[in-house]
Formats: sequence, C-alpha cells, structure tokens
Amino acid sequence: MTSGNSSGHRAHLAHHFSESSQQSESARMGMWIFILTEVLLFGGLFVAYTVYRSANPEMFYNAHKHLDIHLGTLNTIVLITSSLTMALAIRSIQLNDRKKSIKLLATTFALAAVFLIVKYFEYSHKFHLGQLPGKFYTYTGIEGSNPHIFFSVYFMMTGLHGIHVIAGMIAISWVMRITIQGRLSSEYYTPMELTGLYWHLVDMIWIFLFPLLYLIG
Amino acid sequence: MDTTETLLLPPGGSTIAGEVDALFYFIVYASIAIFGIVLFGIIYLSIKYRTEKAAVEGTTSGVSHNTRLELAWSIIPAILVIIVFIWGFNVYMKMSIVPKDAMEVKVTAQKWFWSFDYPDGINTVNELVVPLGKPVKLLMSSRDVIHSFFVPAFRIKMDVLPNRYTLTWFEATKIGRYDIMCAEFCGDRHSEMLAKVRVVSEREYKEWLESGTETAEDITPVDYGRALFRTKACYTCHNVDGTSAVGPALNGIVGKRRALVGEGEVTIDENYLRESILEPRASIAAGYQPVMPTYQGMLNDKQVDALIAYIKSLK
Amino acid sequence: MNKIPEVNYLNADRGIKSWLFTLDHKRIGLLYLFSIMAAFLLGGVFAILIRLELLGPGKDIMEARTYNQIFTLHGAVMIFLFIIPSIPASLGNFILPQMIGAKDVAFPRLNLLSWWIYMFGAIFAVISMSAGSVDTGWTFYTPYSTTTSTSVVAMTLGIFILGFSSIFTGLNFIVTIHKMRAPGQTWFRLPLFVWGLYATAIIQVLATPVLGITVLLLILERVAGIGIFDPAMGGDPVLFQHFFWFYSHPAVYIMILPGMGIISELISTFSQKKIFGYKAIAFSSLAIAFISFLVWGHHMFVSGQSQLASAIFSFLTFLVGIPSGIKIFNWLATLYKGKIRFDTPMLYAFSFLFLFTIGGLTGMFLGTLATDVHLHDTYFVVAHFHFVMVGGTVMAFFGGLHYWWPKFWGRMYNEIWAKISIAFTFVGFNITFLSQFLLGAKGMPRRYYSYLEQFQSLHGFSSFGSWIMAVGFIIMAIYLIYAVFKGPPAGDNPWGALTFEWRTTSPPPKENFKETPTLTHGPYDYDKIIPKRTI
Repeated sequence: MTSGNSSGHRAHLAHHFSESSQQSESARMGMWIFILTEVLLFGGLFVAYTVYRSANPEMFYNAHKHLDIHLGTLNTIVLITSSLTMALAIRSIQLNDRKKSIKLLATTFALAAVFLIVKYFEYSHKFHLGQLPGKFYTYTGIEGSNPHIFFSVYFMMTGLHGIHVIAGMIAISWVMRITIQGRLSSEYYTPMELTGLYWHLVDMIWIFLFPLLYLIG
Repeated sequence: MDTTETLLLPPGGSTIAGEVDALFYFIVYASIAIFGIVLFGIIYLSIKYRTEKAAVEGTTSGVSHNTRLELAWSIIPAILVIIVFIWGFNVYMKMSIVPKDAMEVKVTAQKWFWSFDYPDGINTVNELVVPLGKPVKLLMSSRDVIHSFFVPAFRIKMDVLPNRYTLTWFEATKIGRYDIMCAEFCGDRHSEMLAKVRVVSEREYKEWLESGTETAEDITPVDYGRALFRTKACYTCHNVDGTSAVGPALNGIVGKRRALVGEGEVTIDENYLRESILEPRASIAAGYQPVMPTYQGMLNDKQVDALIAYIKSLK
Repeated sequence: MNKIPEVNYLNADRGIKSWLFTLDHKRIGLLYLFSIMAAFLLGGVFAILIRLELLGPGKDIMEARTYNQIFTLHGAVMIFLFIIPSIPASLGNFILPQMIGAKDVAFPRLNLLSWWIYMFGAIFAVISMSAGSVDTGWTFYTPYSTTTSTSVVAMTLGIFILGFSSIFTGLNFIVTIHKMRAPGQTWFRLPLFVWGLYATAIIQVLATPVLGITVLLLILERVAGIGIFDPAMGGDPVLFQHFFWFYSHPAVYIMILPGMGIISELISTFSQKKIFGYKAIAFSSLAIAFISFLVWGHHMFVSGQSQLASAIFSFLTFLVGIPSGIKIFNWLATLYKGKIRFDTPMLYAFSFLFLFTIGGLTGMFLGTLATDVHLHDTYFVVAHFHFVMVGGTVMAFFGGLHYWWPKFWGRMYNEIWAKISIAFTFVGFNITFLSQFLLGAKGMPRRYYSYLEQFQSLHGFSSFGSWIMAVGFIIMAIYLIYAVFKGPPAGDNPWGALTFEWRTTSPPPKENFKETPTLTHGPYDYDKIIPKRTI
C-alpha cells in the first residue's frame, strides 16, 4: 500500500482511497464481514452439536461431567479479562499513550497464553484417560450410546477455537511490534482496532462454547 | 391418464405411475406455453425493433414501468407454481403413505447387488417377484454405502442407507419384467447394480413361493451353477479370469492351497467351497476383507452343489 | 481513426513480476481470466472424454474406475475452478471498480492474495485428484467418500483452500461497492451487473464458511475417524448432505447471479434502451440471494428426510423461481421500442434467454415433489443444471467476455468468426443436452459407466453434440487471441454504452480514470443521452 503516496504524514493512506476516513471505514467493514464468516464457520459446528445432542441427550449429559468445570471457569475468566485489556490497549493508543498500550497488549498476549496452557492440561488429562474423539476413544466410564461422539464434538469445537486463539496471539504480537516501531498513533490505529475486533470474537465464541460443553443439564 | 407407453416417459407399471405422469405432462404443457411466450417475445421484438445501422443516433423511449404488466407476470406464474406445488405434494403423500394391507419385502443393498427377503423366509438376489395388484412395501437398508432403489416404470425411487431403514411402496398393474437400478453413485460397478422386478399373477406368485426358488430339471449342474453365478450376483465380487476383485478369482482354484487371514492354510476342496458360500466369514482368504454376506437360507443344497460344480469346471 | 493510448495498464509496468505481484485489479482480473480459462479447457477435455466413453454401452475407451475419476474431475474442476470464480473474479474484478468510478477495489492486496490462494488450491486439487484417483463425484457423499481408498483428503483440502479465495473476493466486493463509489454514483444508479455481483458476494461470504467446515469435518472423519458422518459409529451420513447442500445450493446462485447482471447490461446496451424495471431486477437479485439459503433440502427429496421438510423445501424452491421469471420478462420488455443490434454479445444474451428459460422451466419438474422422485439422480437433472450453468452462466460469461474484450485490450475481434462460433456452440449445446432430458425422463441414472441398450441412440446424439460445441469453443479461442495482437483498435466506447467503464480509454490507464469522474446520469438513460459509438 505504499505506491503513489505523496506526503509523509499520510503515509498510511493507500493510493486508491481519497481520504483516511474512507480507508478506515472500509477496513472496519471488511473486518466485520470477516467476523461474520467466522461465525458461520463455527455455526456449522454448533449445528452438528445440536443434532447429536438432541439425538443422544443422556449421553451428552453423562459425558459432560467428565469435563473439568473449574478449569473451564478459570479459562472463561482469563479470556474475558484479556478482552478487557485489549479494549484498554485501544483506548490508550487513542489517547496517544503508546507505552501503556504496549503494556496492555503484552498482558492480553500473556492471558491468551495462560488460556492455552490451561487447555493443554485439560487435553493431556483426556488423552491420558482415552477420552478421545471417534475411533481413538478407549474410555469406558460413560453410559449412553456412542460417547465418543461427544468428545469428537468437544475436541473439534475447542480445537478450532484454540487455533483461533493462536491466530489472535500472532496478530497481537504483530500489532505490538508495529506499535513499538511507532507506526500507530491516535491518528491511525486501524490495525489495533481490527485485531481488537477479532480478539473479541474469539472471546465471544468461547462464551458460547463454555456453557454448551461444560454446563449441560 | 392411462399407464400405457408415453412419449417422454417409460411405460408405467404401477398405480402411482399414472398420477405422476399426469402431473409430469401438465408441467410439460405449462412449460411449453411459457417458453412459447418468451420465444415469441424474443423473435417478434427483435425483428420489429431491429436496426441495421452500426451507429445509431437518437434517443429511445424511457418507459421503464407498467404496473399492470409487472403484476401480471409476477402473479400468473405464482398461481401456476402454487398449483403445481400442491398437486405434486398430494401425489407425493400418496407415494409416501404405505397402504395397510401391503405385503412387506426387506431389501438389502450391497456393493453391487440387491437381495430381497420375503416374509416366508425366502430370499432372492437381483430379482424381486411380486404379485399383480397387491401393494408391496419395501423396507430397505444398505450394508455399506448409500444406494438408491429406482424402478423407472413404477416412478419410485428411495435412497438406501446404512444403519437405518427407509421405506417405499408400489402396486404393480401390469404383468412383466421391469428394471431396477441403483441411482446413487456407489463405486466401480454402480452401473451394473441392476436387478429386475418380475410381476406375476397372484396364482403364479403362490406357486413360486411354494417351489422355493427356481428349480433346475433339465440342465446339467455346471450350467445351472453358471446361471446361479449370475442371478445370485456372485460375479459382482468374483472374477473367473484369474484377476482379483472384491473377492478372489474362482477359476482353477480347486486343489490349490491358500493362506488364510490370521493363521493357517487350507486346501481348497468341496467342503471349503461349501463353507465359503454358507459361512463366508469363517475363514477368509489372506488379502481380502470379510464382506461377503452369507448365503445360508438363500440357496438350497442342490444350488450349492451346482455352484461348486461350476467352480470346479472353471480352468 | 481509433488509437490505442500510449500509456495504459497493460504497458505501465513490464516484466513477469509486474503481473504476478500486481495490485492492479485489472491485471488481477486478467490473471484470473487466464487461470479459469485453463480450468475450462481442462474440464472441457474431461467432458469430451466422458461423452466418448458413453458413445456405446459397456467399455469404449476406459475402465469404470477411470470413468468415475474423470466425471469427478469434470465436476470438481468446472464447479470449483471455473464457474464459481468465473464471472466475479475475472470480469467482475476488471469492470466493477470502473463501473462505480473507483481507482481500485477496497483491498488490492487481499485481491492479489485471493488469486494466489486460488492458484495454489487449484493446482493442489488437480494434482491430488489425478494422482490420487478420486472417484466420489464432486458431491463426495459420505459414507462412500469416507470409505473409498482414493485420496479424498487431499482433494477436499484443495477445495477448503479455494474457499478462502472465494470469500476474499466476496468480502472485497461488498466493501468496494459500499465505500468506493464515485461522487454521484448512488445505489440506484449502480449498473445491474454491480447489483448482481453484490448479491453474489453476500452468498460467497455467508455460504462458503459452511463448505469450509463441512470439508474440514470430512477430512477429520477420514484422518481421525471422529465418527460424525459414519453410521457405524452413531454418526449421520445424511447430515453431511445437509451441510454440503447448505453451501452448494446457494453456490448455484453464486454462479448464475453475476451472469444475470451481465445480461442486463447487454440487453440494455444493444437495444439502446432504458432497462425495464431496474429496481425489480436489482431487488430480485437480492431476493434470490436470500431465498437461496432456504432451499438446500430440494436435493434430498428421496434421501429419507421427513415429508414435511421435503414439502417446505419444495415450496421455497418454487418461491425462488418467481424472481428469476420476473427478470426474464423485464429483459423482454426492455427490447420493446428499442433499437436492437445483433452484435455478438447480444447474440449471447439471446442464447441466454433461450437456454436459461428452458433450464428454469425444467427446474419445475425437479422442484415438484412427485415428479422429482422419478427424475432425481437421472440425466434429467444433469441436463437441467447444464442448461442453467452452461446455457445460463457460461453464455453470459462469454457474452460479457465479448462485450468487454475491446475494453481489456483496446482491440476488436472478428465479428464474422464470432457469429460462426456462437452458432456452433448454440447448436452443439442443444443437441448434447436436450437429448439428456429425454434420457433422464426415460429413467437413465446419472454417473453410469455403462447403460442399457435402449438408451444408446440418445447417448450417441449427446456425444455428437459435444463435438460440435467443442468446435465452437476452439474457433472462439483462436479469434479472441488473434484480436489481442492484431485486432483493429476499438476506441473508448465501441458499443455506445452509458455505464462508467466506457468513459475511460480502451485499454484504461493504470488508475482507471485520468481524474475521479462524477456521475450525472443513470447507467441506462438512453432516453436522454446517446453516447457516440467509436466503431
């Protein structure tokens, strides 16, 4: 987006836009549409969840008791807090407080890492017990038909969400880098704003996953 | 409408065929009428308002609305499609609701043949024999992938799924033999997954039930076996030219030794062949999957003997 | 005498890199054009092979397994590599920003990325399908696709990747149409092609993610055995069909809506007449886009879904037919009192009207519950969707290609050869596919390697038609390529059209317009202004 720029202070404005507001509005709209596609991507999994839960209500209830509700709650709190720090980081850059913004971004990144670490412990426990999806399922302590389906759904939903957390962490670290380089300011902070939108989406999806998987019944 | 030979559709042979055909031809005529209007419009307007000159001067009419016209071409097609929808729905419900007095036949689809189980314990492969004028309910399931049971002459079709049952029914109105085809893609020999419905009179049907299945009075065991090899669909999985298919080739195997899945070896003789036909999963030849269905109860002793005789005759 | 402008987007930058890494929507449009034409050629060769094999019952030129592989390749290449990206990504990419008076699309880098992803996904999919001999059909129904020994995973991964390309194009277009319009370019002054692309983009953005998750689940099913679609493990194979058609039915409208947009442009321009019922056409595009999400179940009338569901889907299917009918009648009314010229693009528009009407009307047989039971999965369905897709979309695509070809290159093709070519294509197409309607009604199932004797003569006709059609396409390729180098200069506005793209030079400069234009009239105001034709 560098060709055709004439003046230095408008370095972020691409040649095919006529003014900054047009560019930032376009970017924001593009991000919202992208978020919509993400919602639909998860939508498919929510449909699969609904179909199989309504087909095996008791099995789903029995199986969900094997998820660790404490770790789930902890992770929910961690993610909500990270959404807050992300929002505060954007607030700080709007006030041109670059240092504070970087600190808050770092906190967000750290909280995302905590989420993944907790998730790692949950996963490894399940691997250990053989509570695995589909044909790898070897656990025997759950009553009801086809309990492996629950874990297929569980691992797909949380796994896809986990991939989104990692993508979010990559985006946050990139935004942190360009903030440190001084490329963002109260005048132009679109990349951070978009990353924030994306991060709130990741948070939102978890807020749906948590009750659906951990709090059945 | 009569269920005799029609121009576009195959000759109908069931009670429902006439109703489907009537609707089909109604849509044909309606479509021709609409298409005629559009075609006439294109030809008439483009001849009337054609212009020869390459560069045309002068503005044209700015007309871009005509409420009455626009309402007409929205509402008339809407009425038409509502008629067609309701008509189609009514006939479809008749196809879906099985009459109470229907006799039930269980249909099993497997790559790549059909087998039919009758209430009296009789089985047939690739031939469904039904009495004339009696509703027949088909309770269908598949042993592997999705197939679809299609009898063009009866205008019925229904997917056949693994691990669940689907239903369809028909009542034949004419004596004769009709094609059964698989209509859902199921692999290499999808297009050979053909069978026949044989519609016979009530009396003939009773006789057929009593005689078990077909008999062989006048032919040699080898010829009888060759015929069974086709009608019982053995050929869909076994070749007789030395090449492997789903199952091993059957020519020149008698007297040979063969490794089995797991451990052990066996000499192929009459006993092993008999066991393989009646209890195919007892000892599987190495390199093959245990997918063959049992023919216990589907073949009588004479037929098993004939098949063995045929296999022994293959070089 | 017309001249080619000395500096234009074609010669502004030189070298292969200036093409492969260009951010110019016009060049990206052409990159897409070359890629999808390569896919069309490939898919066409497969089509000819299919028709050769079906010349006679039994084996003609290949084994059953090869045949199954070829029809899978034909379907997947034509649908995912050719027809879905065809109009939006090539013609749309080139023309859309010019039509709204913008310098470029909103996100040029995303645009380039989308082409790269397309190329990567396309090559990946084709190689894996050929090498891994995938034989599932382009619909890859479970449990066949989860149990066959062929490399379904690699192919579906390719399709997953291609989905991103489609989403990015759609996203880019929506934002471009919302945010990049020139002064005076109000919503109801947008050319109808833009409305068509807009409705298409909405479907691309909303439906493609569902395809993404579907193939992802299919891959996991095969690789990790998660059991979601596997009946032996308590899964539901029919759920796969629901997922698949939830994308693939709207995808049909991804294919046809931009084509309808092109037809609106062609009919108005070549009858030099204000389009009849502008708003009706624009809103019917949006209506089609909306209803298209609610009709997927009409592919499943005999799958064992409930009768109630089938009835609802059948009803909604009829509902989607009405806006399409409205469009046809509006186009006809546009001809009234016009000054109609029979240049090649207009002949494509007439072919579209003829073939698409047949395609739409035969859809009635399939949307009707009782008749669909007989016709489902027969050649009737094959003929129906070829009438809609080839008779509709491909005819519109080639109409648009001939219409904008002089804008792309500044040069005109040979009109006489163009008319010979379309005559071959039109006649060949009808011979090929009208016979398939008859085959299907007589009960010939689709995807059959061999067939019963009674179908032979019709199959023969159909194969014969495919050769005539191929001749038409080969002629077209020759004169179009010749025109790029040797055609006479066409001038800025060879057709005397009013939309924005004809107000810049042919070929346009790199930034489309010398200065940002202001629009003072609607796209079809032929009752007020007649622009001068330059040829």
